[in-house]
Amino acid sequence: MPSTSTYYKIFALLMILALATTAIAFVDLGIFNPIVAMAIAVTKATLVVLFFMHVRYEGRLTFVFAIAGFCWLVILLLLISADYLTRGWLPIPAAIPPMGF
Amino acid sequence: MPEAAASPFHSRLKHQYETLAQQHHADTLGMWLFLATEVLFFGGVITAYVLYRAAYSTAFQHASLTLDIVSGTLMTVVLLGSSLTMAMAVHAAQLGHRRALAVFLILTIVLGLAFLGIKGNEYYHKWEDHHIPGPGFVWSGTDGRAAQLFLYFYFVLTGLHAVHMIIGVAIMGMLLVQTALGRVRNYVVEMSGLYWHFVDIVWIFLFPLLYLVDRHK
Repeated sequence: MPSTSTYYKIFALLMILALATTAIAFVDLGIFNPIVAMAIAVTKATLVVLFFMHVRYEGRLTFVFAIAGFCWLVILLLLISADYLTRGWLPIPAAIPPMGF
Repeated sequence: MPEAAASPFHSRLKHQYETLAQQHHADTLGMWLFLATEVLFFGGVITAYVLYRAAYSTAFQHASLTLDIVSGTLMTVVLLGSSLTMAMAVHAAQLGHRRALAVFLILTIVLGLAFLGIKGNEYYHKWEDHHIPGPGFVWSGTDGRAAQLFLYFYFVLTGLHAVHMIIGVAIMGMLLVQTALGRVRNYVVEMSGLYWHFVDIVWIFLFPLLYLVDRHK
């Protein structure tokens, strides 16, 4: 069981990251803006899962259960992006038109 | 967890388990399994949002700029704070500190209600600006249909999240009553804590996805 000082440290880190993500959003990083925003969000979520949700202090099976939903979400995002985001890459008339009104 | 076993709030051993540790392990895995289904529940809507944002990036940027970044950041801070008080409540329950548990549950409820209040205020301003999708939707730019689509996603995602928050606050209220009656079980507090932190994590992703779309432009 983590001590209360661990919780306060993790909270301080989360606060810094939360304010950093808002500040960085106003800086032009080109294509890296959404990437940095998502990287910070994943870092924050990892801190919450490991410390506030005690996954760091539980057994390995709990870790597998905790990571499973995330893995399935990544599969969903990757496979669906492989379809929608690559339409129009090849000069073949698409059977399904690109997204648009 | 030897501290947990020493707590006066520790759970009764149900007949299908051999030890309290085994029961706790089963509780934890069951809760995480439920949270995995919740990840995919929100994940489906977020996936649709990501695809449409890629398809209508300019309109989504314009629509995102109508969201109030100050209130968005404030909600993030409030919700992260509520996660801290929730973690402290679980800690107090494990140690059997009834008074501290009650205080941290109350703080969690107050912060949760503060979040919902700020969210309600944001919805009210969207109503005043005629930015609610539907027949009354008014948009000054030329990309009104795609902007309306962004606001659909905004209301569905934050609305689903707010429903989870309301359920979370209700659970905390129930735990507070149980604490007052001295019938609280520390594993119940722990599992409710997992739910609360999960709802916090959803917001951790919703905030940059909805509020921070190309803010620098």
